[in-house]
Amino acid sequence: MKRDAGNSQQVDALGTPVLSSGQRYLLAFVSILGTLCLWQLATAVGWINEVLLPSPADVIKALIGSILDGSLFKNIAASLLRVIEGFLLATAIAVPLGIAMGVSRTVFGLIDPLLELLRPIPPIAVIPLTILWFGIGELSKVLLIAYGAFFPVLVNTIAGFREVERVHVHAAQALGANRYHIFRDVVLRSALPFIIVGARLGMGMAFIVLVAAELIASNAGLGFMINDARYNFRTDQMFVGMACIGILGFGLNLLLLKIEGRLLRWKTS
Amino acid sequence: MIEKLARSEASSVLLQEVSVSYGMQQAVCKLSLEVRGGEFVCLLGPSGCGKTTLLNVIGGFRSPSCGSVSIDGIAVHGPGADRGVVFQEYALFPWFTVAQNVQYGPRLRGATKSELQEITDHFLGLVRLEEKKHQYPNQLSGGQRQRVAIARALANRPKILLMDEPFGALDAMTREALQEELLRIWETDRRTCIFVTHSIGEAAFLGDIIVIMKSHPGRIHVALENTVPRPRQRTSDAYFAMYRKIDAALRDAHDMRPDSSLAA
Repeated sequence: MKRDAGNSQQVDALGTPVLSSGQRYLLAFVSILGTLCLWQLATAVGWINEVLLPSPADVIKALIGSILDGSLFKNIAASLLRVIEGFLLATAIAVPLGIAMGVSRTVFGLIDPLLELLRPIPPIAVIPLTILWFGIGELSKVLLIAYGAFFPVLVNTIAGFREVERVHVHAAQALGANRYHIFRDVVLRSALPFIIVGARLGMGMAFIVLVAAELIASNAGLGFMINDARYNFRTDQMFVGMACIGILGFGLNLLLLKIEGRLLRWKTS
Repeated sequence: MIEKLARSEASSVLLQEVSVSYGMQQAVCKLSLEVRGGEFVCLLGPSGCGKTTLLNVIGGFRSPSCGSVSIDGIAVHGPGADRGVVFQEYALFPWFTVAQNVQYGPRLRGATKSELQEITDHFLGLVRLEEKKHQYPNQLSGGQRQRVAIARALANRPKILLMDEPFGALDAMTREALQEELLRIWETDRRTCIFVTHSIGEAAFLGDIIVIMKSHPGRIHVALENTVPRPRQRTSDAYFAMYRKIDAALRDAHDMRPDSSLAA
Protein backbone atom coordinates (compact mmCIF):
# COMPACT_ATOMS: atom_id res chain seq x y z
CA MET A 1 0.00 0.00 0.00
CA LYS A 2 1.54 3.26 -1.05
CA ARG A 3 0.34 6.00 1.19
CA ASP A 4 0.96 8.82 -1.22
CA ALA A 5 -0.46 7.07 -4.25
CA GLY A 6 -2.86 9.30 -6.09
CA ASN A 7 -1.34 12.60 -5.02
CA SER A 8 -0.57 14.52 -8.18
CA GLN A 9 2.03 16.73 -6.51
CA GLN A 10 4.29 14.99 -4.00
CA VAL A 11 6.13 17.04 -1.43
CA ASP A 12 8.73 16.03 1.15
CA ALA A 13 8.63 16.77 4.87
CA LEU A 14 9.73 20.36 4.28
CA GLY A 15 7.06 20.97 1.67
CA THR A 16 9.52 21.01 -1.24
CA PRO A 17 8.01 19.42 -4.35
CA VAL A 18 9.49 16.04 -5.24
CA LEU A 19 10.81 15.78 -8.81
CA SER A 20 9.79 13.10 -11.26
CA SER A 21 12.51 10.78 -12.56
CA GLY A 22 12.35 12.52 -15.96
CA GLN A 23 13.00 15.85 -14.30
CA ARG A 24 15.89 14.40 -12.33
CA TYR A 25 17.51 12.96 -15.47
CA LEU A 26 17.13 16.31 -17.21
CA LEU A 27 18.86 18.09 -14.33
CA ALA A 28 21.68 15.53 -14.28
CA PHE A 29 22.14 15.98 -18.03
CA VAL A 30 22.19 19.77 -17.77
CA SER A 31 24.65 19.67 -14.90
CA ILE A 32 27.15 17.34 -16.60
CA LEU A 33 26.89 18.92 -20.04
CA GLY A 34 27.13 22.43 -18.55
CA THR A 35 30.30 21.56 -16.66
CA LEU A 36 31.89 20.06 -19.78
CA CYS A 37 31.04 23.15 -21.83
CA LEU A 38 32.45 25.47 -19.20
CA TRP A 39 35.59 23.34 -19.00
CA GLN A 40 36.04 23.33 -22.80
CA LEU A 41 35.52 27.08 -22.86
CA ALA A 42 38.04 27.70 -20.06
CA THR A 43 40.78 25.82 -21.89
CA ALA A 44 39.88 27.11 -25.38
CA VAL A 45 39.94 30.75 -24.27
CA GLY A 46 43.20 30.13 -22.46
CA TRP A 47 42.16 30.91 -18.91
CA ILE A 48 43.95 27.78 -17.82
CA ASN A 49 47.20 26.29 -19.07
CA GLU A 50 46.23 23.41 -21.31
CA VAL A 51 49.17 21.31 -20.18
CA LEU A 52 47.85 21.31 -16.63
CA LEU A 53 44.17 21.05 -17.52
CA PRO A 54 43.56 19.44 -20.89
CA SER A 55 40.31 20.24 -22.64
CA PRO A 56 37.51 17.66 -22.72
CA ALA A 57 38.24 17.17 -26.40
CA ASP A 58 41.87 16.30 -25.63
CA VAL A 59 40.76 13.87 -22.95
CA ILE A 60 38.48 12.15 -25.43
CA LYS A 61 41.32 12.00 -27.92
CA ALA A 62 43.54 10.40 -25.28
CA LEU A 63 40.72 8.00 -24.44
CA ILE A 64 40.42 6.90 -28.06
CA GLY A 65 44.19 6.57 -28.28
CA SER A 66 44.41 4.34 -25.23
CA ILE A 67 41.52 2.23 -26.45
CA LEU A 68 43.15 1.77 -29.85
CA ASP A 69 46.54 0.73 -28.50
CA GLY A 70 44.86 -1.69 -26.09
CA SER A 71 46.45 -0.19 -22.99
CA LEU A 72 43.18 1.04 -21.47
CA PHE A 73 41.48 -2.34 -21.44
CA LYS A 74 44.61 -4.01 -20.16
CA ASN A 75 44.71 -1.55 -17.25
CA ILE A 76 40.99 -1.77 -16.54
CA ALA A 77 41.14 -5.56 -16.55
CA ALA A 78 44.13 -5.58 -14.19
CA SER A 79 42.42 -3.22 -11.73
CA LEU A 80 39.04 -4.91 -11.91
CA LEU A 81 40.53 -8.32 -11.31
CA ARG A 82 42.43 -7.08 -8.25
CA VAL A 83 39.39 -5.36 -6.76
CA ILE A 84 37.21 -8.40 -7.23
CA GLU A 85 39.82 -10.83 -5.90
CA GLY A 86 40.55 -8.67 -2.88
CA PHE A 87 36.90 -8.02 -2.20
CA LEU A 88 35.94 -11.67 -2.45
CA LEU A 89 38.83 -12.67 -0.21
CA ALA A 90 37.79 -10.09 2.38
CA THR A 91 34.15 -11.16 2.27
CA ALA A 92 35.04 -14.84 2.45
CA ILE A 93 36.89 -14.24 5.72
CA ALA A 94 34.88 -11.39 7.24
CA VAL A 95 31.38 -12.86 6.90
CA PRO A 96 32.10 -16.22 8.60
CA LEU A 97 34.21 -14.49 11.25
CA GLY A 98 31.46 -11.91 11.81
CA ILE A 99 28.92 -14.69 12.15
CA ALA A 100 31.12 -16.49 14.67
CA MET A 101 31.61 -13.24 16.60
CA GLY A 102 27.91 -12.44 16.45
CA VAL A 103 26.86 -15.87 17.63
CA SER A 104 29.49 -16.53 20.31
CA ARG A 105 30.34 -13.98 22.97
CA THR A 106 33.57 -15.84 23.70
CA VAL A 107 34.78 -15.54 20.11
CA PHE A 108 33.71 -11.89 20.16
CA GLY A 109 35.63 -11.27 23.38
CA LEU A 110 38.76 -12.88 21.92
CA ILE A 111 38.78 -11.18 18.54
CA ASP A 112 37.25 -7.79 19.20
CA PRO A 113 40.21 -6.24 21.10
CA LEU A 114 42.54 -7.10 18.20
CA LEU A 115 40.12 -5.61 15.72
CA GLU A 116 39.75 -2.40 17.67
CA LEU A 117 43.54 -2.01 17.64
CA LEU A 118 43.96 -2.81 13.96
CA ARG A 119 40.92 -1.00 12.61
CA PRO A 120 42.22 2.57 12.98
CA ILE A 121 45.33 1.74 10.91
CA PRO A 122 44.49 2.92 7.39
CA PRO A 123 45.28 0.33 4.72
CA ILE A 124 47.52 2.90 3.02
CA ALA A 125 49.81 2.88 6.06
CA VAL A 126 50.29 -0.84 5.55
CA ILE A 127 51.43 -0.52 1.92
CA PRO A 128 55.21 -0.24 2.59
CA LEU A 129 55.16 -3.31 4.85
CA THR A 130 53.14 -5.25 2.33
CA ILE A 131 55.67 -4.44 -0.38
CA LEU A 132 58.51 -5.70 1.83
CA TRP A 133 56.66 -8.87 2.70
CA PHE A 134 54.99 -9.75 -0.58
CA GLY A 135 56.80 -7.67 -3.21
CA ILE A 136 55.09 -5.50 -5.77
CA GLY A 137 53.27 -8.33 -7.54
CA GLU A 138 49.61 -9.20 -7.60
CA LEU A 139 49.62 -10.85 -4.19
CA SER A 140 50.51 -7.71 -2.25
CA LYS A 141 47.83 -5.69 -4.04
CA VAL A 142 45.11 -8.25 -3.53
CA LEU A 143 46.00 -8.60 0.14
CA LEU A 144 45.96 -4.84 0.65
CA ILE A 145 42.57 -4.53 -0.98
CA ALA A 146 41.28 -7.40 1.10
CA TYR A 147 42.59 -5.71 4.23
CA GLY A 148 40.79 -2.50 3.31
CA ALA A 149 37.49 -4.19 2.51
CA PHE A 150 37.67 -6.55 5.48
CA PHE A 151 36.71 -4.20 8.32
CA PRO A 152 33.56 -2.65 6.89
CA VAL A 153 32.20 -6.09 6.03
CA LEU A 154 33.13 -7.56 9.41
CA VAL A 155 31.85 -4.69 11.55
CA ASN A 156 28.52 -4.63 9.73
CA THR A 157 28.12 -8.39 9.88
CA ILE A 158 28.59 -8.32 13.65
CA ALA A 159 26.18 -5.40 13.94
CA GLY A 160 23.64 -7.37 11.92
CA PHE A 161 23.70 -10.23 14.37
CA ARG A 162 23.10 -7.83 17.23
CA GLU A 163 19.89 -6.70 15.53
CA VAL A 164 18.11 -10.03 15.76
CA GLU A 165 14.73 -9.46 17.41
CA ARG A 166 13.94 -11.66 20.36
CA VAL A 167 10.31 -11.84 19.32
CA HIS A 168 11.27 -13.38 15.97
CA VAL A 169 13.35 -16.02 17.73
CA HIS A 170 10.48 -16.77 20.11
CA ALA A 171 8.00 -16.92 17.24
CA ALA A 172 10.19 -19.43 15.41
CA GLN A 173 10.64 -21.53 18.56
CA ALA A 174 6.90 -21.61 19.17
CA LEU A 175 6.46 -22.90 15.62
CA GLY A 176 8.84 -25.77 16.30
CA ALA A 177 12.16 -24.38 15.04
CA ASN A 178 15.40 -25.85 16.38
CA ARG A 179 18.69 -23.96 16.71
CA TYR A 180 19.68 -24.61 13.11
CA HIS A 181 16.31 -23.41 11.81
CA ILE A 182 16.54 -20.28 13.92
CA PHE A 183 19.99 -19.55 12.58
CA ARG A 184 18.94 -20.08 8.97
CA ASP A 185 15.51 -18.48 9.02
CA VAL A 186 15.82 -15.75 11.63
CA VAL A 187 19.41 -14.84 12.51
CA LEU A 188 20.87 -14.91 9.01
CA ARG A 189 17.81 -13.23 7.53
CA SER A 190 17.93 -10.40 10.07
CA ALA A 191 21.65 -9.87 9.55
CA LEU A 192 21.54 -9.93 5.76
CA PRO A 193 20.68 -6.24 5.23
CA PHE A 194 23.66 -5.26 7.38
CA ILE A 195 26.01 -7.68 5.63
CA ILE A 196 25.02 -6.16 2.31
CA VAL A 197 25.61 -2.62 3.53
CA GLY A 198 29.02 -3.81 4.78
CA ALA A 199 29.75 -5.28 1.37
CA ARG A 200 28.99 -1.97 -0.33
CA LEU A 201 31.17 -0.02 2.08
CA GLY A 202 33.88 -2.66 1.68
CA MET A 203 33.74 -2.32 -2.09
CA GLY A 204 34.20 1.44 -1.78
CA MET A 205 37.20 0.89 0.47
CA ALA A 206 38.63 -1.71 -1.92
CA PHE A 207 38.67 0.92 -4.64
CA ILE A 208 40.48 3.47 -2.56
CA VAL A 209 43.13 0.95 -1.56
CA LEU A 210 43.44 -0.35 -5.11
CA VAL A 211 44.35 3.02 -6.55
CA ALA A 212 46.72 3.85 -3.70
CA ALA A 213 48.52 0.53 -4.08
CA GLU A 214 48.76 0.87 -7.83
CA LEU A 215 50.08 4.42 -7.58
CA ILE A 216 52.90 3.32 -5.35
CA ALA A 217 54.02 0.08 -6.88
CA SER A 218 52.72 -1.67 -9.94
CA ASN A 219 53.16 -2.14 -13.64
CA ALA A 220 49.55 -2.29 -14.73
CA GLY A 221 46.17 -0.98 -13.66
CA LEU A 222 44.37 2.33 -13.64
CA GLY A 223 46.42 3.70 -10.75
CA PHE A 224 49.58 2.76 -12.63
CA MET A 225 48.18 4.45 -15.76
CA ILE A 226 47.66 7.71 -13.86
CA ASN A 227 51.09 7.63 -12.27
CA ASP A 228 52.78 6.67 -15.53
CA ALA A 229 51.07 9.59 -17.27
CA ARG A 230 52.58 11.91 -14.67
CA TYR A 231 56.13 10.90 -15.73
CA ASN A 232 55.24 11.72 -19.33
CA PHE A 233 53.35 14.88 -18.41
CA ARG A 234 50.24 13.46 -20.07
CA THR A 235 47.51 15.10 -18.02
CA ASP A 236 44.97 14.01 -20.64
CA GLN A 237 45.77 10.38 -19.88
CA MET A 238 45.51 11.05 -16.17
CA PHE A 239 42.00 12.29 -16.73
CA VAL A 240 41.13 9.19 -18.72
CA GLY A 241 42.39 7.02 -15.87
CA MET A 242 40.51 9.02 -13.24
CA ALA A 243 37.29 8.94 -15.23
CA CYS A 244 37.60 5.17 -15.67
CA ILE A 245 38.04 4.67 -11.94
CA GLY A 246 34.97 6.77 -11.30
CA ILE A 247 32.86 4.90 -13.82
CA LEU A 248 34.08 1.51 -12.61
CA GLY A 249 33.32 2.33 -8.97
CA PHE A 250 29.91 3.66 -9.90
CA GLY A 251 29.17 0.54 -11.93
CA LEU A 252 30.22 -1.87 -9.18
CA ASN A 253 28.15 0.00 -6.61
CA LEU A 254 25.17 -0.16 -8.96
CA LEU A 255 25.68 -3.90 -9.31
CA LEU A 256 25.72 -4.36 -5.54
CA LEU A 257 22.60 -2.20 -5.21
CA LYS A 258 20.87 -4.45 -7.74
CA ILE A 259 21.86 -7.55 -5.76
CA GLU A 260 20.67 -5.84 -2.58
CA GLY A 261 17.31 -5.05 -4.14
CA ARG A 262 16.96 -8.68 -5.20
CA LEU A 263 17.85 -10.09 -1.78
CA LEU A 264 15.92 -7.56 0.27
CA ARG A 265 12.71 -7.40 -1.73
CA TRP A 266 10.76 -7.67 1.51
CA LYS A 267 12.15 -4.34 2.71
CA THR A 268 11.45 -2.27 -0.34
CA SER A 269 8.22 -3.73 -1.65
CA MET B 1 -6.15 -33.72 7.40
CA ILE B 2 -6.91 -30.21 8.56
CA GLU B 3 -10.40 -31.21 9.68
CA LYS B 4 -9.13 -34.04 11.82
CA LEU B 5 -6.46 -32.04 13.57
CA ALA B 6 -8.57 -28.94 14.00
CA ARG B 7 -10.76 -30.92 16.39
CA SER B 8 -7.75 -31.66 18.58
CA GLU B 9 -8.73 -32.55 22.10
CA ALA B 10 -8.56 -29.50 24.27
CA SER B 11 -5.55 -29.42 26.57
CA SER B 12 -5.33 -28.30 30.15
CA VAL B 13 -2.61 -26.18 31.74
CA LEU B 14 -1.52 -26.40 35.33
CA LEU B 15 0.73 -23.92 37.11
CA GLN B 16 1.85 -24.84 40.61
CA GLU B 17 3.48 -22.33 42.95
CA VAL B 18 5.26 -20.61 40.07
CA SER B 19 7.73 -17.86 40.96
CA VAL B 20 9.80 -15.88 38.48
CA SER B 21 12.57 -13.43 39.34
CA TYR B 22 14.44 -10.94 37.24
CA GLY B 23 17.64 -10.48 39.18
CA MET B 24 16.63 -9.27 42.62
CA GLN B 25 13.10 -8.39 41.59
CA GLN B 26 10.35 -10.92 41.84
CA ALA B 27 8.00 -10.64 38.86
CA VAL B 28 5.68 -13.48 39.78
CA CYS B 29 5.31 -14.95 43.27
CA LYS B 30 3.99 -18.44 44.09
CA LEU B 31 1.25 -18.37 41.54
CA SER B 32 -1.00 -21.35 40.97
CA LEU B 33 -3.54 -21.56 38.20
CA GLU B 34 -5.47 -24.28 36.46
CA VAL B 35 -6.81 -23.81 32.96
CA ARG B 36 -9.22 -26.54 31.96
CA GLY B 37 -9.36 -27.90 28.44
CA GLY B 38 -11.26 -25.69 26.02
CA GLU B 39 -11.36 -22.68 28.29
CA PHE B 40 -10.72 -19.15 27.15
CA VAL B 41 -8.82 -17.54 30.00
CA CYS B 42 -7.96 -13.85 30.11
CA LEU B 43 -5.10 -12.63 32.30
CA LEU B 44 -5.99 -9.07 33.20
CA GLY B 45 -3.96 -6.46 35.01
CA PRO B 46 -1.96 -3.26 34.58
CA SER B 47 1.58 -3.18 33.18
CA GLY B 48 4.07 -4.76 35.56
CA CYS B 49 1.69 -7.26 37.12
CA GLY B 50 3.62 -10.15 35.58
CA LYS B 51 0.96 -11.28 33.12
CA THR B 52 3.30 -11.31 30.15
CA THR B 53 5.95 -13.03 32.27
CA LEU B 54 3.39 -15.68 33.12
CA LEU B 55 2.57 -16.19 29.47
CA ASN B 56 6.29 -16.48 28.69
CA VAL B 57 6.58 -19.15 31.35
CA ILE B 58 3.71 -21.13 29.86
CA GLY B 59 5.21 -20.59 26.40
CA GLY B 60 8.51 -21.98 27.70
CA PHE B 61 10.49 -18.85 26.80
CA ARG B 62 11.38 -18.36 30.45
CA SER B 63 11.74 -21.01 33.10
CA PRO B 64 10.28 -20.30 36.53
CA SER B 65 12.73 -19.93 39.42
CA CYS B 66 10.45 -22.18 41.47
CA GLY B 67 7.32 -24.15 40.80
CA SER B 68 6.17 -26.12 37.81
CA VAL B 69 4.17 -25.73 34.65
CA SER B 70 2.55 -28.67 32.94
CA ILE B 71 0.33 -29.24 29.96
CA ASP B 72 -1.92 -32.28 30.09
CA GLY B 73 0.21 -33.44 33.00
CA ILE B 74 3.51 -33.19 31.12
CA ALA B 75 6.02 -30.68 32.46
CA VAL B 76 6.98 -27.79 30.18
CA HIS B 77 10.65 -27.51 29.26
CA GLY B 78 11.24 -24.79 26.70
CA PRO B 79 9.08 -23.60 23.84
CA GLY B 80 7.31 -26.08 21.61
CA ALA B 81 4.95 -26.37 18.71
CA ASP B 82 2.13 -27.58 21.00
CA ARG B 83 1.70 -23.98 22.16
CA GLY B 84 0.94 -21.48 19.44
CA VAL B 85 1.83 -17.92 20.33
CA VAL B 86 0.52 -14.63 19.00
CA PHE B 87 2.74 -11.81 20.20
CA GLN B 88 2.13 -8.23 21.16
CA GLU B 89 4.41 -6.75 18.54
CA TYR B 90 4.43 -7.66 14.93
CA ALA B 91 6.28 -10.91 15.20
CA LEU B 92 5.72 -11.99 11.62
CA PHE B 93 8.96 -12.70 9.78
CA PRO B 94 9.27 -9.61 7.57
CA TRP B 95 11.51 -11.45 5.08
CA PHE B 96 8.85 -14.07 4.34
CA THR B 97 5.64 -13.52 2.41
CA VAL B 98 2.31 -13.93 4.14
CA ALA B 99 2.02 -17.47 2.76
CA GLN B 100 5.58 -18.37 3.83
CA ASN B 101 4.84 -17.11 7.33
CA VAL B 102 1.69 -19.21 7.63
CA GLN B 103 3.48 -22.29 6.22
CA TYR B 104 6.52 -21.95 8.44
CA GLY B 105 5.59 -24.40 11.21
CA PRO B 106 4.16 -27.12 8.94
CA ARG B 107 7.13 -26.74 6.59
CA LEU B 108 9.59 -27.41 9.42
CA ARG B 109 7.68 -30.58 10.17
CA GLY B 110 8.12 -31.71 6.57
CA ALA B 111 4.68 -31.12 5.11
CA THR B 112 4.49 -31.73 1.35
CA LYS B 113 3.99 -28.96 -1.17
CA SER B 114 0.33 -29.75 -1.71
CA GLU B 115 -0.27 -29.95 2.03
CA LEU B 116 1.39 -26.56 2.49
CA GLN B 117 -0.81 -25.17 -0.26
CA GLU B 118 -3.90 -26.55 1.45
CA ILE B 119 -2.85 -25.26 4.87
CA THR B 120 -2.14 -21.77 3.54
CA ASP B 121 -5.46 -21.51 1.76
CA HIS B 122 -7.39 -22.89 4.70
CA PHE B 123 -5.90 -20.73 7.42
CA LEU B 124 -5.62 -17.54 5.39
CA GLY B 125 -9.23 -18.15 4.45
CA LEU B 126 -10.07 -18.39 8.13
CA VAL B 127 -8.78 -14.86 8.70
CA ARG B 128 -10.06 -13.71 5.27
CA LEU B 129 -6.69 -12.76 3.82
CA GLU B 130 -6.30 -15.22 0.95
CA GLU B 131 -5.67 -12.41 -1.50
CA LYS B 132 -2.65 -11.16 0.49
CA LYS B 133 -0.82 -14.47 0.18
CA HIS B 134 2.08 -13.20 -1.89
CA GLN B 135 2.58 -9.89 -0.11
CA TYR B 136 5.18 -9.11 2.53
CA PRO B 137 4.16 -8.16 6.08
CA ASN B 138 5.26 -4.56 5.61
CA GLN B 139 2.63 -4.20 2.90
CA LEU B 140 -0.15 -5.02 5.36
CA SER B 141 -1.96 -2.90 7.93
CA GLY B 142 -1.50 -3.60 11.64
CA GLY B 143 -4.81 -5.45 11.84
CA GLN B 144 -4.01 -7.58 8.80
CA ARG B 145 -0.62 -8.48 10.25
CA GLN B 146 -2.16 -9.71 13.48
CA ARG B 147 -4.69 -11.74 11.51
CA VAL B 148 -1.79 -13.37 9.64
CA ALA B 149 -0.08 -13.95 13.00
CA ILE B 150 -3.20 -15.74 14.24
CA ALA B 151 -3.34 -17.80 11.04
CA ARG B 152 0.35 -18.67 11.42
CA ALA B 153 -0.15 -19.85 15.00
CA LEU B 154 -3.26 -21.87 14.11
CA ALA B 155 -1.70 -23.40 10.98
CA ASN B 156 0.75 -25.20 13.22
CA ARG B 157 -2.25 -26.84 14.92
CA PRO B 158 -1.20 -26.11 18.49
CA LYS B 159 -3.01 -27.65 21.43
CA ILE B 160 -3.09 -24.31 23.18
CA LEU B 161 -3.16 -20.76 21.90
CA LEU B 162 -1.23 -18.16 23.91
CA MET B 163 -1.89 -14.53 23.08
CA ASP B 164 0.06 -11.63 24.52
CA GLU B 165 -1.97 -8.44 24.08
CA PRO B 166 -2.24 -9.25 20.39
CA PHE B 167 -4.57 -6.36 19.64
CA GLY B 168 -2.96 -3.82 21.96
CA ALA B 169 -1.39 -1.74 19.19
CA LEU B 170 -4.51 -1.56 17.03
CA ASP B 171 -7.07 1.19 16.84
CA ALA B 172 -10.30 0.61 18.76
CA MET B 173 -12.45 -0.35 15.81
CA THR B 174 -9.96 -2.76 14.26
CA ARG B 175 -9.44 -4.23 17.69
CA GLU B 176 -13.14 -4.97 18.13
CA ALA B 177 -13.36 -6.48 14.68
CA LEU B 178 -10.42 -8.77 15.45
CA GLN B 179 -11.86 -9.80 18.80
CA GLU B 180 -15.01 -10.87 17.00
CA GLU B 181 -12.99 -12.68 14.36
CA LEU B 182 -10.96 -14.47 17.02
CA LEU B 183 -14.11 -15.63 18.81
CA ARG B 184 -15.62 -16.83 15.55
CA ILE B 185 -12.52 -18.97 14.92
CA TRP B 186 -12.24 -20.10 18.53
CA GLU B 187 -15.87 -21.20 18.64
CA THR B 188 -15.33 -23.66 15.77
CA ASP B 189 -13.04 -25.87 17.88
CA ARG B 190 -12.91 -24.39 21.41
CA ARG B 191 -9.20 -24.73 21.70
CA THR B 192 -7.69 -23.85 25.08
CA CYS B 193 -6.71 -20.20 24.91
CA ILE B 194 -4.80 -17.95 27.29
CA PHE B 195 -5.09 -14.30 26.44
CA VAL B 196 -3.19 -11.48 28.14
CA THR B 197 -4.82 -8.07 28.12
CA HIS B 198 -5.07 -4.83 30.07
CA SER B 199 -8.49 -4.02 28.67
CA ILE B 200 -11.50 -4.79 30.82
CA GLY B 201 -13.79 -4.69 27.79
CA GLU B 202 -11.63 -7.16 25.92
CA ALA B 203 -11.60 -9.58 28.85
CA ALA B 204 -15.36 -9.28 29.34
CA PHE B 205 -15.99 -9.87 25.67
CA LEU B 206 -13.59 -12.79 25.13
CA GLY B 207 -12.93 -14.76 28.30
CA ASP B 208 -14.68 -17.64 30.05
CA ILE B 209 -12.52 -16.99 33.07
CA ILE B 210 -10.97 -13.65 33.89
CA VAL B 211 -7.91 -13.87 36.09
CA ILE B 212 -7.30 -10.53 37.76
CA MET B 213 -3.70 -9.98 38.76
CA LYS B 214 -2.01 -7.88 41.42
CA SER B 215 1.36 -6.18 41.03
CA HIS B 216 4.70 -6.21 42.90
CA PRO B 217 5.09 -9.10 42.88
CA GLY B 218 2.68 -10.52 40.33
CA ARG B 219 0.06 -12.80 41.80
CA ILE B 220 -3.58 -13.66 41.31
CA HIS B 221 -6.10 -11.45 43.06
CA VAL B 222 -9.19 -13.30 41.97
CA ALA B 223 -10.44 -15.43 39.07
CA LEU B 224 -13.90 -14.43 37.91
CA GLU B 225 -16.18 -16.58 35.85
CA ASN B 226 -17.60 -14.66 32.94
CA THR B 227 -21.34 -15.11 33.08
CA VAL B 228 -22.19 -13.28 29.87
CA PRO B 229 -23.83 -15.84 27.57
CA ARG B 230 -22.30 -16.44 24.14
CA PRO B 231 -22.70 -15.07 21.52
CA ARG B 232 -21.85 -11.90 23.39
CA GLN B 233 -23.01 -8.43 22.61
CA ARG B 234 -21.10 -5.38 23.71
CA THR B 235 -24.31 -3.51 24.34
CA SER B 236 -26.08 -6.13 26.44
CA ASP B 237 -26.89 -5.55 30.10
CA ALA B 238 -25.11 -8.79 31.00
CA TYR B 239 -21.94 -7.48 29.36
CA PHE B 240 -22.11 -4.17 31.26
CA ALA B 241 -22.76 -5.98 34.53
CA MET B 242 -19.70 -8.15 33.92
CA TYR B 243 -17.66 -5.09 33.00
CA ARG B 244 -18.58 -3.45 36.31
CA LYS B 245 -17.76 -6.61 38.22
CA ILE B 246 -14.33 -6.88 36.62
CA ASP B 247 -13.68 -3.19 37.12
CA ALA B 248 -14.55 -3.39 40.80
CA ALA B 249 -12.30 -6.41 41.29
CA LEU B 250 -9.46 -4.72 39.46
CA ARG B 251 -9.81 -1.56 41.57
CA ASP B 252 -9.91 -3.68 44.68
CA ALA B 253 -6.74 -5.48 43.59
CA HIS B 254 -4.86 -2.23 43.06
CA ASP B 255 -6.27 -0.24 45.98
CA MET B 256 -8.05 2.27 43.82
CA ARG B 257 -11.24 3.98 44.81
CA PRO B 258 -14.38 2.50 43.28
CA ASP B 259 -15.52 4.39 40.21
CA SER B 260 -18.63 6.24 41.39
CA SER B 261 -19.96 6.67 37.88
CA LEU B 262 -19.93 2.91 37.39
CA ALA B 263 -21.27 1.95 40.80
CA ALA B 264 -24.72 0.61 40.08
